Amino acid sequence: MTKIIDNIFANSTRLIAITVLFITAWIFTVLFQESLLSMQTFGLDFVTESKWAPNLEKFGAFAAIMGSVISTFLAMVLAVPVAIGVAIFLSEIAHERLKAPVGVSIELLAAIPSVIYGMWGLFYFVPIIRDIFGGIGIGMLTAGIVLAIMILPFMAAVTRDAMNTTPDILKESAYALGGTKWDVIRDIVIPYSKAGIIGALILALGRAIGETMAVTFVMGNVHKVSWDLTQPATSIPVTLANEFTEADTDLYFSSLFELALILLVISFTIISIAKFYFLRRKRSV
Amino acid sequence: MATICNVSEEKALEIKKLQFTYASADEPSLKEISMPIAKNSVTALIGPSGCGKSTLLRSINRMHDLYPGNKYEGEIIYNGRNILDAKEDLINLRINIGMIFQKPTAFPMSIMDNVAYGLKLQGIKNKTELKDRVEKALTDAAIWKEVKDRLKHDANGLSGGQQQRLCIARAIAVEPEILLFDEPTSALDPISTQGIEELVTELKEKVSIVIVTHNMQQAARVSDYTGFMYLGELIELGKTEELFVTPAEKLTEEYITGKFG
Repeated sequence: MTKIIDNIFANSTRLIAITVLFITAWIFTVLFQESLLSMQTFGLDFVTESKWAPNLEKFGAFAAIMGSVISTFLAMVLAVPVAIGVAIFLSEIAHERLKAPVGVSIELLAAIPSVIYGMWGLFYFVPIIRDIFGGIGIGMLTAGIVLAIMILPFMAAVTRDAMNTTPDILKESAYALGGTKWDVIRDIVIPYSKAGIIGALILALGRAIGETMAVTFVMGNVHKVSWDLTQPATSIPVTLANEFTEADTDLYFSSLFELALILLVISFTIISIAKFYFLRRKRSV
Repeated sequence: MATICNVSEEKALEIKKLQFTYASADEPSLKEISMPIAKNSVTALIGPSGCGKSTLLRSINRMHDLYPGNKYEGEIIYNGRNILDAKEDLINLRINIGMIFQKPTAFPMSIMDNVAYGLKLQGIKNKTELKDRVEKALTDAAIWKEVKDRLKHDANGLSGGQQQRLCIARAIAVEPEILLFDEPTSALDPISTQGIEELVTELKEKVSIVIVTHNMQQAARVSDYTGFMYLGELIELGKTEELFVTPAEKLTEEYITGKFG
Protein backbone atom coordinates (compact mmCIF):
# COMPACT_ATOMS: atom_id res chain seq x y z
CA MET A 1 0.00 0.00 0.00
CA THR A 2 2.71 2.48 1.03
CA LYS A 3 4.54 1.49 -2.10
CA ILE A 4 1.61 2.48 -4.28
CA ILE A 5 1.31 5.85 -2.55
CA ASP A 6 5.04 6.38 -3.01
CA ASN A 7 4.67 5.56 -6.68
CA ILE A 8 1.76 7.92 -7.18
CA PHE A 9 3.65 10.66 -5.41
CA ALA A 10 6.85 10.08 -7.39
CA ASN A 11 5.04 10.04 -10.69
CA SER A 12 2.91 13.09 -10.04
CA THR A 13 5.94 15.18 -9.05
CA ARG A 14 7.72 13.92 -12.16
CA LEU A 15 4.74 14.96 -14.27
CA ILE A 16 4.72 18.45 -12.75
CA ALA A 17 8.45 18.83 -13.36
CA ILE A 18 8.08 17.75 -16.98
CA THR A 19 5.24 20.24 -17.42
CA VAL A 20 7.68 23.06 -16.75
CA LEU A 21 9.95 21.87 -19.54
CA PHE A 22 6.92 21.43 -21.77
CA ILE A 23 5.72 25.01 -21.17
CA THR A 24 9.14 26.38 -22.02
CA ALA A 25 9.23 24.40 -25.24
CA TRP A 26 5.68 25.47 -26.01
CA ILE A 27 6.48 29.16 -25.64
CA PHE A 28 9.47 28.74 -27.94
CA THR A 29 7.34 26.96 -30.51
CA VAL A 30 4.59 29.56 -30.48
CA LEU A 31 7.05 32.41 -30.82
CA PHE A 32 8.82 30.64 -33.62
CA GLN A 33 5.63 29.80 -35.55
CA GLU A 34 4.22 33.27 -35.23
CA SER A 35 7.53 34.78 -36.36
CA LEU A 36 7.73 32.71 -39.53
CA LEU A 37 5.95 35.24 -41.72
CA SER A 38 8.24 38.03 -40.61
CA MET A 39 11.35 35.85 -41.02
CA GLN A 40 10.33 34.86 -44.56
CA THR A 41 9.54 38.44 -45.51
CA PHE A 42 12.60 40.23 -44.09
CA GLY A 43 15.21 37.52 -43.50
CA LEU A 44 18.32 38.86 -41.84
CA ASP A 45 17.34 42.42 -42.74
CA PHE A 46 15.04 42.26 -39.75
CA VAL A 47 17.94 42.58 -37.31
CA THR A 48 20.08 44.97 -39.35
CA GLU A 49 17.45 47.41 -40.53
CA SER A 50 16.27 50.14 -38.18
CA LYS A 51 13.33 51.41 -40.21
CA TRP A 52 10.15 50.48 -38.37
CA ALA A 53 7.21 51.78 -40.39
CA PRO A 54 3.91 49.98 -39.78
CA ASN A 55 2.13 52.12 -42.39
CA LEU A 56 4.60 50.92 -45.07
CA GLU A 57 4.73 47.37 -43.75
CA LYS A 58 8.49 47.74 -43.20
CA PHE A 59 9.82 46.30 -39.99
CA GLY A 60 13.44 46.38 -38.84
CA ALA A 61 14.38 45.55 -35.27
CA PHE A 62 17.82 47.13 -35.20
CA ALA A 63 16.73 50.21 -33.22
CA ALA A 64 14.91 48.13 -30.63
CA ILE A 65 17.81 45.70 -30.28
CA MET A 66 20.31 48.55 -29.96
CA GLY A 67 17.98 50.25 -27.48
CA SER A 68 17.95 47.15 -25.32
CA VAL A 69 21.71 46.79 -25.56
CA ILE A 70 22.49 50.45 -24.87
CA SER A 71 20.03 50.90 -22.00
CA THR A 72 21.22 47.70 -20.39
CA PHE A 73 24.86 48.67 -20.90
CA LEU A 74 24.21 52.07 -19.32
CA ALA A 75 22.42 50.43 -16.40
CA MET A 76 25.28 48.01 -15.86
CA VAL A 77 27.94 50.73 -16.00
CA LEU A 78 26.04 52.70 -13.39
CA ALA A 79 24.96 49.83 -11.17
CA VAL A 80 27.94 47.44 -11.07
CA PRO A 81 30.41 49.61 -9.13
CA VAL A 82 27.76 50.68 -6.64
CA ALA A 83 26.46 47.14 -6.19
CA ILE A 84 29.97 45.77 -5.59
CA GLY A 85 30.65 48.56 -3.11
CA VAL A 86 27.43 47.86 -1.23
CA ALA A 87 28.19 44.12 -1.24
CA ILE A 88 31.71 44.64 0.11
CA PHE A 89 30.36 46.93 2.80
CA LEU A 90 27.65 44.48 3.83
CA SER A 91 29.77 41.36 3.81
CA GLU A 92 33.09 42.66 5.13
CA ILE A 93 32.92 46.13 6.62
CA ALA A 94 29.56 46.83 8.25
CA HIS A 95 29.18 46.28 11.97
CA GLU A 96 27.20 43.15 12.81
CA ARG A 97 24.35 45.28 14.13
CA LEU A 98 24.13 47.15 10.82
CA LYS A 99 24.37 44.12 8.52
CA ALA A 100 20.92 42.72 9.17
CA PRO A 101 18.81 45.91 8.86
CA VAL A 102 20.66 47.21 5.80
CA GLY A 103 20.67 43.76 4.23
CA VAL A 104 16.93 43.36 4.73
CA SER A 105 16.11 46.80 3.38
CA ILE A 106 18.09 46.03 0.24
CA GLU A 107 16.17 42.82 -0.23
CA LEU A 108 12.93 44.78 0.25
CA LEU A 109 14.03 47.26 -2.41
CA ALA A 110 14.59 44.31 -4.73
CA ALA A 111 10.99 43.29 -4.16
CA ILE A 112 9.47 46.58 -5.36
CA PRO A 113 7.43 45.86 -8.52
CA SER A 114 9.15 47.35 -11.55
CA VAL A 115 6.09 49.34 -12.61
CA ILE A 116 6.63 51.45 -9.49
CA TYR A 117 10.20 52.18 -10.53
CA GLY A 118 8.75 53.24 -13.89
CA MET A 119 6.21 55.62 -12.36
CA TRP A 120 8.73 57.03 -9.96
CA GLY A 121 11.20 57.49 -12.82
CA LEU A 122 8.65 59.27 -14.97
CA PHE A 123 7.55 61.75 -12.33
CA TYR A 124 10.82 62.23 -10.49
CA PHE A 125 13.73 61.51 -12.83
CA VAL A 126 12.39 62.77 -16.13
CA PRO A 127 12.20 66.41 -14.91
CA ILE A 128 15.67 66.19 -13.38
CA ILE A 129 17.23 64.79 -16.56
CA ARG A 130 15.38 67.41 -18.61
CA ASP A 131 16.76 70.20 -16.43
CA ILE A 132 20.32 68.93 -16.47
CA PHE A 133 20.76 67.52 -19.99
CA GLY A 134 17.98 69.19 -21.95
CA GLY A 135 15.68 67.35 -24.35
CA ILE A 136 12.31 66.19 -23.13
CA GLY A 137 13.68 64.08 -20.33
CA ILE A 138 12.26 60.87 -21.73
CA GLY A 139 14.90 58.77 -23.42
CA MET A 140 17.80 56.37 -23.26
CA LEU A 141 19.65 58.06 -20.40
CA THR A 142 16.63 58.14 -18.10
CA ALA A 143 15.87 54.53 -18.97
CA GLY A 144 19.44 53.53 -18.17
CA ILE A 145 19.34 55.31 -14.82
CA VAL A 146 15.97 53.89 -13.79
CA LEU A 147 17.09 50.41 -14.88
CA ALA A 148 20.30 50.81 -12.87
CA ILE A 149 18.37 51.78 -9.75
CA MET A 150 15.99 48.90 -10.32
CA ILE A 151 18.60 46.15 -10.68
CA LEU A 152 20.96 47.55 -8.05
CA PRO A 153 19.35 45.99 -4.95
CA PHE A 154 19.13 42.55 -6.55
CA MET A 155 22.68 42.81 -7.82
CA ALA A 156 24.02 43.95 -4.45
CA ALA A 157 22.16 41.25 -2.53
CA VAL A 158 23.31 38.40 -4.77
CA THR A 159 26.88 39.74 -4.89
CA ARG A 160 26.89 39.94 -1.09
CA ASP A 161 25.66 36.36 -0.88
CA ALA A 162 28.50 35.31 -3.16
CA MET A 163 31.05 37.14 -1.02
CA ASN A 164 29.61 35.64 2.16
CA THR A 165 30.57 32.18 0.91
CA THR A 166 34.23 32.99 1.58
CA PRO A 167 35.12 30.83 4.60
CA ASP A 168 36.06 32.82 7.72
CA ILE A 169 39.07 30.60 8.25
CA LEU A 170 40.44 31.65 4.85
CA LYS A 171 40.08 35.32 5.70
CA GLU A 172 41.59 34.76 9.14
CA SER A 173 44.58 33.09 7.49
CA ALA A 174 45.24 36.23 5.51
CA TYR A 175 44.79 38.46 8.56
CA ALA A 176 47.17 36.14 10.43
CA LEU A 177 49.87 36.97 7.87
CA GLY A 178 49.52 40.67 8.58
CA GLY A 179 46.87 41.53 6.02
CA THR A 180 44.71 44.62 6.33
CA LYS A 181 40.97 44.56 5.70
CA TRP A 182 41.55 45.88 2.19
CA ASP A 183 44.24 43.26 1.49
CA VAL A 184 41.86 40.51 2.54
CA ILE A 185 38.97 41.84 0.45
CA ARG A 186 41.15 42.28 -2.64
CA ASP A 187 43.23 39.10 -2.41
CA ILE A 188 40.93 36.61 -0.73
CA VAL A 189 37.24 37.55 -0.75
CA ILE A 190 36.98 38.81 -4.33
CA PRO A 191 39.12 36.09 -5.96
CA TYR A 192 37.40 33.37 -3.93
CA SER A 193 33.90 34.53 -4.83
CA LYS A 194 34.76 35.80 -8.32
CA ALA A 195 32.65 33.25 -10.17
CA GLY A 196 29.67 33.95 -7.93
CA ILE A 197 30.05 37.70 -8.34
CA ILE A 198 30.20 37.48 -12.12
CA GLY A 199 27.20 35.15 -12.03
CA ALA A 200 25.28 37.67 -9.92
CA LEU A 201 26.13 40.49 -12.31
CA ILE A 202 25.03 38.47 -15.32
CA LEU A 203 21.76 37.47 -13.65
CA ALA A 204 21.10 41.16 -13.04
CA LEU A 205 21.99 41.84 -16.66
CA GLY A 206 19.41 39.26 -17.69
CA ARG A 207 16.77 41.04 -15.64
CA ALA A 208 17.70 44.42 -17.07
CA ILE A 209 17.55 43.35 -20.69
CA GLY A 210 14.07 41.88 -20.36
CA GLU A 211 12.72 44.62 -18.12
CA THR A 212 9.54 46.10 -19.52
CA MET A 213 7.49 48.23 -17.17
CA ALA A 214 10.24 50.29 -15.59
CA VAL A 215 11.56 51.44 -18.96
CA THR A 216 8.29 51.67 -20.87
CA PHE A 217 7.44 54.74 -18.82
CA VAL A 218 10.63 56.62 -19.52
CA MET A 219 12.01 55.33 -22.84
CA GLY A 220 9.69 56.96 -25.39
CA ASN A 221 9.14 54.25 -28.03
CA VAL A 222 10.89 55.96 -30.94
CA HIS A 223 12.50 53.58 -33.45
CA LYS A 224 15.66 55.49 -34.13
CA VAL A 225 19.28 54.78 -33.27
CA SER A 226 20.82 57.91 -31.84
CA TRP A 227 24.07 58.47 -30.00
CA ASP A 228 22.44 61.37 -28.19
CA LEU A 229 21.34 59.59 -25.05
CA THR A 230 18.83 62.28 -24.10
CA GLN A 231 16.75 61.43 -27.17
CA PRO A 232 13.70 59.17 -26.90
CA ALA A 233 14.41 55.64 -28.05
CA THR A 234 12.97 52.16 -27.72
CA SER A 235 13.94 48.68 -26.67
CA ILE A 236 12.53 45.26 -27.45
CA PRO A 237 10.23 44.96 -24.43
CA VAL A 238 9.14 48.60 -24.74
CA THR A 239 8.14 48.05 -28.36
CA LEU A 240 6.23 44.91 -27.45
CA ALA A 241 4.39 46.57 -24.58
CA ASN A 242 3.44 49.61 -26.64
CA GLU A 243 2.56 48.10 -29.98
CA PHE A 244 0.83 44.78 -29.55
CA THR A 245 -2.57 46.38 -29.29
CA GLU A 246 -1.92 48.34 -32.48
CA ALA A 247 -0.73 45.45 -34.61
CA ASP A 248 -3.40 45.46 -37.28
CA THR A 249 -1.73 43.42 -40.01
CA ASP A 250 -0.38 39.89 -40.02
CA LEU A 251 3.10 41.07 -40.86
CA TYR A 252 3.11 43.66 -38.06
CA PHE A 253 1.92 40.99 -35.63
CA SER A 254 4.50 38.50 -36.83
CA SER A 255 7.30 41.08 -36.61
CA LEU A 256 6.47 41.71 -32.95
CA PHE A 257 6.63 37.97 -32.36
CA GLU A 258 10.04 37.82 -33.98
CA LEU A 259 11.16 40.63 -31.66
CA ALA A 260 9.90 38.60 -28.71
CA LEU A 261 11.76 35.55 -29.97
CA ILE A 262 14.98 37.54 -30.21
CA LEU A 263 14.49 38.80 -26.64
CA LEU A 264 13.80 35.30 -25.37
CA VAL A 265 16.94 33.92 -27.02
CA ILE A 266 19.06 36.75 -25.62
CA SER A 267 17.67 36.33 -22.09
CA PHE A 268 17.96 32.57 -22.25
CA THR A 269 21.58 32.77 -23.33
CA ILE A 270 22.49 35.27 -20.63
CA ILE A 271 20.82 33.39 -17.80
CA SER A 272 22.29 30.10 -19.01
CA ILE A 273 25.78 31.52 -19.00
CA ALA A 274 25.26 32.78 -15.46
CA LYS A 275 23.67 29.59 -14.15
CA PHE A 276 25.71 26.91 -15.81
CA TYR A 277 29.07 28.55 -16.03
CA PHE A 278 29.45 30.89 -13.08
CA LEU A 279 26.97 29.74 -10.46
CA ARG A 280 27.92 26.09 -10.32
CA ARG A 281 28.39 24.86 -6.80
CA LYS A 282 31.93 25.54 -5.71
CA ARG A 283 33.76 22.94 -3.73
CA SER A 284 34.29 24.21 -0.24
CA VAL A 285 37.61 24.74 1.49
CA MET B 1 45.37 27.25 42.42
CA ALA B 2 47.13 26.19 39.28
CA THR B 3 50.50 24.50 39.32
CA ILE B 4 52.83 26.28 36.93
CA CYS B 5 56.32 24.91 36.42
CA ASN B 6 59.41 27.00 35.98
CA VAL B 7 60.68 27.47 32.48
CA SER B 8 64.44 27.11 32.23
CA GLU B 9 64.66 28.57 28.73
CA GLU B 10 64.35 32.21 27.83
CA LYS B 11 60.72 33.23 27.53
CA ALA B 12 59.21 33.99 24.16
CA LEU B 13 56.04 35.28 25.74
CA GLU B 14 54.56 35.70 29.18
CA ILE B 15 50.82 35.60 29.79
CA LYS B 16 49.76 37.38 32.97
CA LYS B 17 46.30 37.11 34.51
CA LEU B 18 44.64 36.97 31.10
CA GLN B 19 40.85 37.13 31.12
CA PHE B 20 38.94 36.99 27.87
CA THR B 21 35.22 37.53 27.33
CA TYR B 22 33.41 36.96 24.02
CA ALA B 23 31.03 39.70 22.88
CA SER B 24 28.02 37.43 23.20
CA ALA B 25 28.94 36.04 26.64
CA ASP B 26 28.51 37.33 30.19
CA GLU B 27 31.10 35.06 31.74
CA PRO B 28 34.76 35.21 30.73
CA SER B 29 35.90 32.26 28.63
CA LEU B 30 39.43 32.54 29.99
CA LYS B 31 39.89 33.12 33.71
CA GLU B 32 43.08 34.71 35.07
CA ILE B 33 45.47 32.64 33.01
CA SER B 34 49.16 33.10 33.76
CA MET B 35 51.83 31.12 31.99
CA PRO B 36 55.19 31.51 30.28
CA ILE B 37 55.87 30.33 26.73
CA ALA B 38 59.42 29.05 26.43
CA LYS B 39 61.59 30.17 23.55
CA ASN B 40 62.53 27.62 20.86
CA SER B 41 60.33 24.99 22.44
CA VAL B 42 56.93 23.52 21.75
CA THR B 43 54.22 24.25 24.30
CA ALA B 44 51.08 22.15 23.89
CA LEU B 45 47.67 23.10 25.22
CA ILE B 46 45.33 20.21 25.97
CA GLY B 47 41.93 19.90 27.57
CA PRO B 48 38.36 18.89 26.77
CA SER B 49 36.32 20.65 24.07
CA GLY B 50 35.24 24.11 25.11
CA CYS B 51 37.94 24.47 27.76
CA GLY B 52 39.30 27.60 26.11
CA LYS B 53 42.52 26.34 24.56
CA SER B 54 41.79 27.74 21.10
CA THR B 55 40.45 30.94 22.67
CA LEU B 56 43.75 31.34 24.52
CA LEU B 57 45.74 30.66 21.35
CA ARG B 58 43.74 33.21 19.37
CA SER B 59 44.36 35.83 22.06
CA ILE B 60 48.08 35.65 21.42
CA ASN B 61 47.81 37.07 17.88
CA ARG B 62 44.69 39.08 18.76
CA MET B 63 42.58 37.15 16.25
CA HIS B 64 39.55 37.93 18.41
CA ASP B 65 39.85 41.56 17.36
CA LEU B 66 38.43 40.65 13.93
CA TYR B 67 35.04 40.36 15.57
CA PRO B 68 33.69 43.36 17.46
CA GLY B 69 32.87 43.39 21.13
CA ASN B 70 35.38 40.83 22.43
CA LYS B 71 37.23 41.93 25.55
CA TYR B 72 40.66 41.17 27.00
CA GLU B 73 41.91 41.89 30.52
CA GLY B 74 45.35 41.21 31.92
CA GLU B 75 48.60 41.21 29.98
CA ILE B 76 50.50 39.27 27.37
CA ILE B 77 54.11 40.41 27.51
CA TYR B 78 56.04 40.03 24.27
CA ASN B 79 59.39 41.71 23.65
CA GLY B 80 58.90 43.81 26.78
CA ARG B 81 55.51 45.23 25.87
CA ASN B 82 51.91 44.30 26.60
CA ILE B 83 50.45 43.27 23.25
CA LEU B 84 46.91 43.57 24.59
CA ASP B 85 47.46 47.32 24.70
CA ALA B 86 44.97 49.23 22.55
CA LYS B 87 47.87 50.93 20.74
CA GLU B 88 49.43 47.63 19.63
CA ASP B 89 50.05 47.47 15.85
CA LEU B 90 48.14 44.29 15.00
CA ILE B 91 49.55 44.00 11.48
CA ASN B 92 53.07 43.98 12.83
CA LEU B 93 52.10 41.68 15.71
CA ARG B 94 50.63 39.11 13.33
CA ILE B 95 53.72 39.18 11.14
CA ASN B 96 55.78 38.23 14.21
CA ILE B 97 53.27 35.74 15.58
CA GLY B 98 52.02 33.46 12.81
CA MET B 99 49.13 31.03 12.88
CA ILE B 100 48.18 27.66 11.37
CA PHE B 101 44.51 26.66 11.38
CA GLN B 102 42.41 23.51 11.93
CA LYS B 103 41.94 23.06 8.23
CA PRO B 104 44.38 23.78 5.41
CA THR B 105 43.61 27.25 4.08
CA ALA B 106 45.29 27.51 0.70
CA PHE B 107 44.37 30.83 -0.87
CA PRO B 108 42.73 30.83 -4.32
CA MET B 109 46.06 31.46 -6.09
CA SER B 110 49.18 29.59 -7.22
CA ILE B 111 51.51 27.73 -4.86
CA MET B 112 54.19 30.38 -5.41
CA ASP B 113 51.76 33.25 -4.73
CA ASN B 114 50.45 31.56 -1.60
CA VAL B 115 53.88 31.35 -0.01
CA ALA B 116 54.89 34.79 -1.25
CA TYR B 117 51.66 36.34 0.02
CA GLY B 118 52.89 37.50 3.43
CA LEU B 119 56.10 38.79 1.89
CA LYS B 120 54.23 40.78 -0.73
CA LEU B 121 52.03 42.27 1.99
CA GLN B 122 55.22 43.58 3.53
CA GLY B 123 56.04 45.29 0.28
CA ILE B 124 58.76 42.97 -0.96
CA LYS B 125 58.63 43.20 -4.75
CA ASN B 126 62.03 41.98 -5.87
CA LYS B 127 61.37 38.80 -7.89
CA THR B 128 64.65 37.09 -7.00
CA GLU B 129 64.26 37.76 -3.31
CA LEU B 130 60.67 36.50 -3.36
CA LYS B 131 61.73 33.38 -5.21
CA ASP B 132 64.59 32.66 -2.82
CA ARG B 133 62.48 33.13 0.27
CA VAL B 134 59.64 31.04 -1.12
CA GLU B 135 62.08 28.23 -1.90
CA LYS B 136 63.58 28.45 1.58
CA ALA B 137 60.18 28.43 3.30
CA LEU B 138 58.98 25.48 1.20
CA THR B 139 62.22 23.62 1.95
CA ASP B 140 61.85 24.29 5.68
CA ALA B 141 58.25 23.07 5.50
CA ALA B 142 59.49 19.86 3.83
CA ILE B 143 57.40 20.27 0.72
CA TRP B 144 59.81 21.85 -1.77
CA LYS B 145 60.62 18.60 -3.57
CA GLU B 146 56.96 17.84 -4.13
CA VAL B 147 55.99 21.22 -5.52
CA LYS B 148 59.08 22.69 -7.12
CA ASP B 149 57.95 21.72 -10.62
CA ARG B 150 54.46 23.13 -10.25
CA LEU B 151 54.88 26.41 -8.39
CA LYS B 152 52.60 28.13 -10.87
CA HIS B 153 49.78 25.63 -10.34
CA ASP B 154 46.68 26.36 -8.26
CA ALA B 155 47.40 25.53 -4.62
CA ASN B 156 43.97 23.96 -4.23
CA GLY B 157 45.15 21.07 -6.39
CA LEU B 158 47.43 19.82 -3.59
CA SER B 159 46.37 17.11 -1.12
CA GLY B 160 45.21 18.10 2.37
CA GLY B 161 48.52 17.24 3.99
CA GLN B 162 50.44 19.12 1.30
CA GLN B 163 48.16 22.13 1.68
CA GLN B 164 48.75 22.21 5.42
CA ARG B 165 52.52 22.14 4.86
CA LEU B 166 52.05 24.87 2.27
CA CYS B 167 50.26 26.92 4.94
CA ILE B 168 53.16 26.32 7.30
CA ALA B 169 55.58 27.42 4.58
CA ARG B 170 53.47 30.52 4.03
CA ALA B 171 53.56 31.28 7.74
CA ILE B 172 57.32 30.79 8.16
CA ALA B 173 58.16 32.70 4.98
CA VAL B 174 57.66 35.96 6.86
CA GLU B 175 60.06 34.68 9.55
CA PRO B 176 57.88 34.96 12.64
CA GLU B 177 59.27 34.50 16.13
CA ILE B 178 56.28 32.56 17.37
CA LEU B 179 53.98 30.14 15.53
CA LEU B 180 50.54 29.24 16.84
CA PHE B 181 49.08 25.91 15.70
CA ASP B 182 45.34 25.51 16.23
CA GLU B 183 44.69 21.74 15.99
CA PRO B 184 46.68 21.62 12.74
CA THR B 185 46.11 17.93 12.05
CA SER B 186 42.44 17.58 12.91
CA ALA B 187 41.48 17.43 9.23
CA LEU B 188 44.37 15.21 8.12
CA ASP B 189 44.99 11.49 7.65
CA PRO B 190 47.48 9.67 9.96
CA ILE B 191 50.41 9.82 7.56
CA SER B 192 50.01 13.54 6.88
CA THR B 193 49.60 14.04 10.64
CA GLN B 194 52.91 12.34 11.27
CA GLY B 195 54.56 14.58 8.69
CA ILE B 196 53.19 17.72 10.35
CA GLU B 197 54.26 16.51 13.80
CA GLU B 198 57.82 15.91 12.61
CA LEU B 199 57.81 19.33 11.04
CA VAL B 200 56.68 20.96 14.28
CA THR B 201 59.56 19.44 16.23
CA GLU B 202 62.04 20.55 13.55
CA LEU B 203 60.70 24.08 13.37
CA LYS B 204 61.34 24.82 17.03
CA GLU B 205 65.00 25.47 16.25
CA LYS B 206 63.87 28.63 14.53
CA VAL B 207 60.60 29.60 16.19
CA SER B 208 58.78 29.20 19.47
CA ILE B 209 55.67 27.11 19.06
CA VAL B 210 52.32 26.90 20.84
CA ILE B 211 50.12 24.06 19.66
CA VAL B 212 46.51 23.38 20.61
CA THR B 213 45.54 19.74 20.25
CA HIS B 214 42.65 17.54 21.26
CA ASN B 215 44.98 14.58 20.97
CA MET B 216 47.02 13.86 24.12
CA GLN B 217 49.39 11.50 22.32
CA GLN B 218 50.17 14.27 19.90
CA ALA B 219 50.95 16.63 22.76
CA ALA B 220 53.19 13.98 24.32
CA ARG B 221 55.00 13.37 21.02
CA VAL B 222 55.73 16.92 19.92
CA SER B 223 55.88 19.18 22.96
CA ASP B 224 58.41 20.18 25.59
CA TYR B 225 55.82 21.77 27.84
CA THR B 226 52.17 20.93 28.20
CA GLY B 227 49.40 23.03 29.68
CA PHE B 228 46.16 21.41 30.77
CA MET B 229 43.11 23.63 30.62
CA TYR B 230 39.66 23.05 32.05
CA LEU B 231 36.60 25.33 32.01
CA GLY B 232 38.57 28.40 31.01
CA GLU B 233 41.29 27.92 33.58
CA LEU B 234 44.85 26.72 33.24
CA ILE B 235 45.02 23.85 35.73
CA GLU B 236 48.62 22.86 35.24
CA LEU B 237 51.63 23.69 33.14
CA GLY B 238 54.50 21.24 33.30
CA LYS B 239 57.38 19.72 31.39
CA THR B 240 55.64 17.30 29.06
CA GLU B 241 57.42 14.16 30.30
CA GLU B 242 56.57 15.08 33.90
CA LEU B 243 52.98 16.18 33.33
CA PHE B 244 52.03 12.94 31.62
CA VAL B 245 53.85 10.73 34.12
CA THR B 246 53.49 12.50 37.45
CA PRO B 247 50.87 15.21 37.17
CA ALA B 248 50.71 17.57 40.13
CA GLU B 249 47.01 18.22 39.98
CA LYS B 250 44.30 15.64 40.52
CA LEU B 251 42.22 17.05 37.64
CA THR B 252 45.12 16.67 35.25
CA GLU B 253 45.60 13.09 36.31
CA GLU B 254 41.93 12.30 35.82
CA TYR B 255 41.98 13.86 32.36
CA ILE B 256 45.12 12.13 31.10
CA THR B 257 43.98 8.78 32.43
CA GLY B 258 40.74 9.19 30.56
CA LYS B 259 38.35 9.60 33.49
CA PHE B 260 36.64 12.45 31.66
CA GLY B 261 37.13 14.34 28.46
